[in-house]
Amino acid sequence: MAIPTHAVDDTCVQLLTPEGERVANADFPLDVSDDELRALYRDLVLVRRVDAEATALQRQGELGLWAQVLGQEAAQVGAGRALVSGDMAFPTYREHGVAWCRGVDPLAVLGLFRGTTNGGWSPEEHGFAHYTIVIGDQCPQAVGYAMGMQHDAAENAAMVFFGDGASSQGDVNESFIWASVFNAPVVFFCQNNQWAISEPLERQTRIPLFQRAWGFGFPGVRVDGNDVLACLAVSRQMLQRAREGAGPALIEAFTYRMGAHTTSDDPTRYRLDTDVEAWRLRDPLERVRSFLHKQQLVDDAFFAELDDESEQLALSLRDGLRALPDPSIDDLFANAYAEPHSLVERQHDEFARYLAGFAIENAP
Amino acid sequence: MANEVEFCLPDLGEGLTEGEVLRWLVAAGDTVAVNQPLVEVETAKAAVELPSPYGGTVVTLHATEGELLPVGARLVSIATTDIAAPSEEGVPGVDEGSGPVLVGYGVTEAATRRRRRVGATSPHGTERPEAGPPGEPVKPVRHGGLEVGRAAEAKFADGGATTTSAKAKPPVRRLARQLGIDLRAVRPTGLDGTVTRDDVEAAAALQLAGSSATGAHTVAGGDRREPVRGVLRSMASAMTESAATIPSVTEWVEVDVTRSAALMGRMKQLPEYSGTKVTPLLLVACACLTALRREPRLNAVFDAAAQEIAYRETVQLGIAVASDRGLVVPHVDDAGSLTLPELAVALVDVVPRARAGSATPNDLVGGTFTITNVGVFGIDGGTPMITPGQSAILAFGQWRDRPWVDKGQVVVRTASTVSLSFDHRFIDGATGSRFLRDVADILEEPALLHLWT
Repeated sequence: MAIPTHAVDDTCVQLLTPEGERVANADFPLDVSDDELRALYRDLVLVRRVDAEATALQRQGELGLWAQVLGQEAAQVGAGRALVSGDMAFPTYREHGVAWCRGVDPLAVLGLFRGTTNGGWSPEEHGFAHYTIVIGDQCPQAVGYAMGMQHDAAENAAMVFFGDGASSQGDVNESFIWASVFNAPVVFFCQNNQWAISEPLERQTRIPLFQRAWGFGFPGVRVDGNDVLACLAVSRQMLQRAREGAGPALIEAFTYRMGAHTTSDDPTRYRLDTDVEAWRLRDPLERVRSFLHKQQLVDDAFFAELDDESEQLALSLRDGLRALPDPSIDDLFANAYAEPHSLVERQHDEFARYLAGFAIENAP
Repeated sequence: MANEVEFCLPDLGEGLTEGEVLRWLVAAGDTVAVNQPLVEVETAKAAVELPSPYGGTVVTLHATEGELLPVGARLVSIATTDIAAPSEEGVPGVDEGSGPVLVGYGVTEAATRRRRRVGATSPHGTERPEAGPPGEPVKPVRHGGLEVGRAAEAKFADGGATTTSAKAKPPVRRLARQLGIDLRAVRPTGLDGTVTRDDVEAAAALQLAGSSATGAHTVAGGDRREPVRGVLRSMASAMTESAATIPSVTEWVEVDVTRSAALMGRMKQLPEYSGTKVTPLLLVACACLTALRREPRLNAVFDAAAQEIAYRETVQLGIAVASDRGLVVPHVDDAGSLTLPELAVALVDVVPRARAGSATPNDLVGGTFTITNVGVFGIDGGTPMITPGQSAILAFGQWRDRPWVDKGQVVVRTASTVSLSFDHRFIDGATGSRFLRDVADILEEPALLHLWT
């Protein structure tokens, strides 16, 4: 008997081509109103504008670091807008688009990269956990949270974000197993942006990532990560499935990180301009713009107003960022434990004394 | 009215210390918009374009292409028309005309550049780096100790008024409250009768027998052990570095300073010197500044890594000062450009402040040549150690009357010993000797100040 060397299914769900043509998909139908389409485009534009402003602000010394989302806006907005109230999202440090969809003030996200906050928002209020820097660490948390939802008989699901690089982490694979055997209501949303800093995808996997799901015992789907409609449709369906008790699923959003890994990285050292150029033609915003235009769903005034709105947003971010107050040292200790804790209080006092030791006597 | 702001090189990649200016994308006189690329900079991690934080007109490019800049160095000045641009007084944490940059002023080398900690009792043992690049003014770190410390002072000041009869700084008052010490009952040892942190801690130690609040403790066998911190730690590390890295030699000469002493008497009568202190230090400093002009190598530094000698544009005249916290070396900024009365004023400003422990960090780093007055201790001479980053140090002893042979006769003259240690890697015996002889000649015949300048 001939043993197949690999699975051959590498289909990719797409509902909107890079040229802006709508495509039907029997497995993932999507019913969106014109207003929803315009709103999705607005999300994409504003998320990109926030990202561009934050990148500039880092170069001006206002942020310690920034992880650009450029190129991945559709994957994040599609997934983010599929979440409903009561769902819980667990991000990495690059989920600015999802944060936007969950109603997190972009300034709060920038504050985190400025170092003026240790968290920035209430996870409970927004259904959006804090950013996680440790690679893949948020996956066990998401599965645990989903199992809690299961115990509470909640009609919601968790969605956890990670990248192609994290797919090699033990935490992520263990999460797959836990989610599978406990049938947890969690959707694993992997943005395969082709690069784990400088490590290319072929160093993570020999098969398409979404196919791994079957080995763990749940379905996997690959979606065009630059197609906001496809990401929305697939995410909605998989989340609904999880909410209804059908268990976890893996979505591989096939996309590309157009920028650097972070502002500390120089991608020109390890990847080819021609690859970047090829992906530029699949830009997630252009196809929606082109579709809206061709379908005459918008007029020039819509784009002009949106441009204006995004400039205003950038300006308010710039001003707001510079005005962010310095954090109190109390913040460092406030949330280490839910209840008062004598050891933490002692550390707090020691630290306050340590800082007071820097005071310059008779400072002019 | 346009407001001129500076954009300094930020830390572009989590802990970088420098960047190379690859290419300017604008020139002086150009109009720039917010976020318009100004310059391409290459760091150890990446080559990036820096977008302008301000809209306005480019006034000055402070670096040339190919120049390696330390983080925090000025890149460009912009006359901004941007209403959102900060005015200097309007932005917290901004000092000395710099833009309100979050990161980039906190990363640089030497222990001598560290912010002074006053009697710290931290269990952490870490020091915070403070200063910007060499030659640049020290800037407060936006989220660093200085700011936090000042904020803490302001915050604690509110509760400080309860013990009005004792003088103490707010943090000391807070410490006293924490330790349950009544400030009025503490014997003050600080300047003008202020209660210092050490006083409070000593009182607490008395009150609670066996307390280790100062970190001092007694071990078996009776040795008392005291932690090395703050100024003492800086001194230890600077002297170790000096001994380990600078091959130095010392020369000395006895000088007849009778004429200088007489000149001092006349200077004290002059209105130009009222309010200053006419001391041997002033004349020795003046002699050194004149001699440094004749032998600029003594004001240069040996860059072993680059195998180059770096000649300083200005003389930052360091004065070794014994404070109650240990050795500190404040410096007089651009001392070579000062007239003698100006130098007198500068010394009267810098030295007592350092001695009282109230010098700012800016005063304590960045010297290029140091003078140490061991005469104040009743000592005649010694072999001073060079401050790292400098190449020479001159010590002078007490001025006292001694028997002196003059034209075959033993006469009484006022004399002093002047010693010079210098970096022998690039200052040979001839150069060092010429310098020391110049200083001695000026002190013997102050008229040379005019004849040589």
